[in-house]
Amino acid sequence: MSSTGSHALTAAAAGLVSCHACHKLWKPARTPAGSRASCGRCGATLHRRKPNSIARTSALLTAAAILYVPANVYPVMTVTFMGKGEPDTILSGVEHLFAAGSWAVASLVFFASIVVPVLKLASLSFLVISVQLRWTWRPKDRTGIYRMAEFVGRWSMLDIFMISILVALVKLGALATIEAGVGATAFAAVVILTMFAASSFDPRLIWDSLEQDSLEVAT
Amino acid sequence: MAVSTNDIANELTACHDCDLLHRVEELPRGGVAKCSRCGAVLYRHRVNSLDRTLTLIISSFVFYLLANVYPFMSFRLEGRVQTCTIFTGVVDLWSAGMWFLASLVFFASMLAPLLKILGLLYLLVPLRLDRLPWDLELSHRIVHALHPWGMLDVYMLGVLVAIIKLSGLATIDLGIAFHSLVALMVLTTAATVTLDPQDIWERLEVRR
Repeated sequence: MSSTGSHALTAAAAGLVSCHACHKLWKPARTPAGSRASCGRCGATLHRRKPNSIARTSALLTAAAILYVPANVYPVMTVTFMGKGEPDTILSGVEHLFAAGSWAVASLVFFASIVVPVLKLASLSFLVISVQLRWTWRPKDRTGIYRMAEFVGRWSMLDIFMISILVALVKLGALATIEAGVGATAFAAVVILTMFAASSFDPRLIWDSLEQDSLEVAT
Repeated sequence: MAVSTNDIANELTACHDCDLLHRVEELPRGGVAKCSRCGAVLYRHRVNSLDRTLTLIISSFVFYLLANVYPFMSFRLEGRVQTCTIFTGVVDLWSAGMWFLASLVFFASMLAPLLKILGLLYLLVPLRLDRLPWDLELSHRIVHALHPWGMLDVYMLGVLVAIIKLSGLATIDLGIAFHSLVALMVLTTAATVTLDPQDIWERLEVRR
């Protein structure tokens, strides 16, 4: 393994590009302006860094943050039992679960539908800002934050899948019915957008800020 | 540096999280190579990746078919019964006008796992028979791109939460499709662990 001194060599510093799909290293030849080099092994377009990473991630995060409002304000589900129905938002649904004594389930839904999306939005925004301002604060921890955000994001889909099952099962006419609400669509969009945001962020940018002779890593 | 591209490629690898260059080394059985700077996993030692993954994927396919054919769950309240398949939720959401939600649930719980299984079959069966699948590169990249979208484990947890929510009110019966889906989830996760992408790329290069 190479050394971890302050002169550790990155692929970019060595003029090499790693294929994002098959991880093979290439030394790109000069290509005519506007054209892109392709990986000779798997055909994927070669990028030194994820293209427009900061711009894309910021745009996706902003859209997700905006949609998070209707996701929580509008009802995600309406339960009609014995003719009495009340629409539930994410928060009120959690409240009901707590009130019904299902503390474990309530905590799980609260965690997956509220804590995780908020933390994901906050942490990815923090990472984007830290890269923009070229901070050198704890790169290893920041990379850890990124990995956490990427890993945990899909679990927010929990609520959406639960709703789809409830809608499918509880179709007993006047006796009991469950319907999905607009809030669920908005929430699903938030989850998708944050997933895309995490995958468009390039964690290598965190480490690029540490390079003494800063490279221009625009693609 | 007057090093040919092939020398570079076969000796070095770059960390995908921090771009640090590392020399590729032989790993002991079960070994994992991690980036010396940021701790990211660079590559792993996998035994018999092709056969093991293929076995898991073929069994996954069988369970996928079972999960689609048989009933998933039923809900009994005051003498009335409502049965559903894994498809029912999607259809109901769609007919209620929630197209985005329906498509998303369909994609994440049914289509992505299927595409992943079929994609891996398409890749691995020819390789096992010492042939090259047509357009291997594209199919391998598609299989990898699909990986975060196979959300069966989240789906099963969602089902579990739904069951808990309803169990106070009514009786829930679990069908064959439910158990098949659990098996499918376990097998596809195992296949992800046994699959060695580097092995597949190397076989491609050897064949050429």
